[in-house]
Amino acid sequence: MFTDPSQVADALTAVGYLPDLGVATAAYLAIGMRRPLFLEGDPGVGKTALASALAQITDSELIRLQCYEGIDVSQALYDWNFPRQILHLRAAGDSTADTADTTKLEASLYQREFLIAGPVLRALESSGRAVLLIDEIDRADDEFEAFLLEMLADDAVTIPELGTIRAQVPPLVVLTSNRTREVHDALKRRCLYHWVEHPDLEREVDIIRRRVPGAAAAIARQVALVVRRLRELGLVKPPGVAESIDWTQALLMVGADRLDGPAATATLGAAVKYREDELRVRREVLPDLEALLSQ
Amino acid sequence: MNAPPVNASPANPAAESAIVTLLAGFARALRADGVAADQGRVAACLTALALVDPADADAVYWAARVTLCSEPDDFARFDPVFAAWFLGRAAAPNRQQPPARKAALLTPGAARPHAADDDADPADGEPLAAAAADAEVLRHRDVTELSPAERAEVNQMIALLKPRMARRRSARHAPGDGRRLDVARTVRAMLRDGGEPGHLVRQRRREKTRRLVLLLDISGSMSPYAEVLIRFAHAAVRAAPQTTEVFTVSTRLTRVTRPLRLRDPDLALQAAGTAVPDWSGGTRLGESLQAFLDRWGQRGTARGAVVVIASDGWERGDAALLGEQMRRLSYLARRVVWINPHRGKAGYAPITAGMIAALPAIDDLVAGHTVDALTQVADLIARA
Repeated sequence: MFTDPSQVADALTAVGYLPDLGVATAAYLAIGMRRPLFLEGDPGVGKTALASALAQITDSELIRLQCYEGIDVSQALYDWNFPRQILHLRAAGDSTADTADTTKLEASLYQREFLIAGPVLRALESSGRAVLLIDEIDRADDEFEAFLLEMLADDAVTIPELGTIRAQVPPLVVLTSNRTREVHDALKRRCLYHWVEHPDLEREVDIIRRRVPGAAAAIARQVALVVRRLRELGLVKPPGVAESIDWTQALLMVGADRLDGPAATATLGAAVKYREDELRVRREVLPDLEALLSQ
Repeated sequence: MNAPPVNASPANPAAESAIVTLLAGFARALRADGVAADQGRVAACLTALALVDPADADAVYWAARVTLCSEPDDFARFDPVFAAWFLGRAAAPNRQQPPARKAALLTPGAARPHAADDDADPADGEPLAAAAADAEVLRHRDVTELSPAERAEVNQMIALLKPRMARRRSARHAPGDGRRLDVARTVRAMLRDGGEPGHLVRQRRREKTRRLVLLLDISGSMSPYAEVLIRFAHAAVRAAPQTTEVFTVSTRLTRVTRPLRLRDPDLALQAAGTAVPDWSGGTRLGESLQAFLDRWGQRGTARGAVVVIASDGWERGDAALLGEQMRRLSYLARRVVWINPHRGKAGYAPITAGMIAALPAIDDLVAGHTVDALTQVADLIARA
């Protein structure tokens, strides 16, 4: 459906995600090669947003699986619907009280209809109309990674009582990681790898203006300039694009039409999230705000 | 949309095999520089290149990068090799410096003054009896004052030192005699009995290995101890490869976990030696620690972990920065252990500016100059 990275870039732009060439090529290859896309990058650079934009341009449903420590197969893949199974058993037991064939009865309990599909199973059964976002895979533990391997390699999952369920058309899989630990190489090997960078100034201005419709070009540019400076500062938590958008929104809410000292001070909490960072920004950036903005 | 478009596959087989040859050589050059560009990734790269316009240098670059690289550290190695192979530019100067000098610093025994004529040659006047020095005595000798034979024995001792890792409660459950009900197992048993309520199956919390992070100062003032400390780190990585991370700290931060995963201590040491660009440089502990916390620690590597820093605290940079970063670290880590080799010497007091700044954030300040002291460090790690 796409024959060129620039087509993917245009499609992503049309749904409000402004990619650079690297993101566009990675997305194009992920779609064309049907290979999972493994995204890393600083928090707030738009990894999750990319997955939802990909779902829009491929006309698919976004199925999200948020990982956390202790996540297991029953939360990600499937769970047996125990109450229904027991009801079924009771009903069968009442009507055919004398049946000797208990194995048959037991087999009838482990059918697809008694399965509650988790995000991964839903994505596999979607006939390719899904983008499966496996968010923050680094938070899950290695056992869970091992389980994902089968799914990523064969587009199939095995349920012991039921057999292997294979996707007719594999879903597009996007994995994100914040690098809190090293994800196993066996998993990475099956994926395309891309490190998402912060956007350059012009792109960031565009992104802000698209996401905050009321924002004038001038204030979007001022926010992007200051945020770029904040990223150079080595803060505990450098602001991402998400923070630029929040900050612009906050400025509009307090009725500011330009980013000056008082407005910045009042809304700084939208961009900077640590006490130490806030003190540094007040001390080192805000006094020279005018000079910075006149660049 | 499932069939990949094959719009750009080369028409004749000769051109195709030329591309395969070019790519195989490119991948070999990448692997030589430490990028994990294995066969599967090369195959993916071929598929990807068939999907993009071969005349578009940017598209070729990105197609190769997303298929062949697998971590951000790879990009700095990837770019010069790509430029050399595809754009015809000479490799960046940093690839031309001879790795021999760096490696020499970490060949076994090189940390001693007479590194040139070692190898425990019996002919060089080193009596063999020295090699048989009482192991118990050796355990308490400062590692900088050893003969080559003694040193080899000490290296053996460190390699056998299997640091046990601390445990923590995991969020996962296993069948057991805890309080929590295992619904799945209970119901399964019930289904087997035709739906009759049976006994309740319970579960308990599993335990997991606690993460261990080692930050080793390899600056000039620490160089007599660098080899022993890296050997200790190697023993720790071997004991718990999945949950141990090792970084070296001098003028910059370098992650050496991967090279240290090699089984053989000497090979691992050499691999680490090649990976580290700043052996025996100055110390910028504060900046390096900040880099660690920004890139790794705060995101999770240091959270709930046992963090061991090995340094003499001779900080060339700003001691206030070091103090600030140590405080940040102490908020994240379960326990902060500081190994100072001089700690074991008579009359030692933590008076260097770096040490004073760091002290409030340290849970345990220990010596690490003998095998015995390192064994105590291992105990501390296990008990954290």
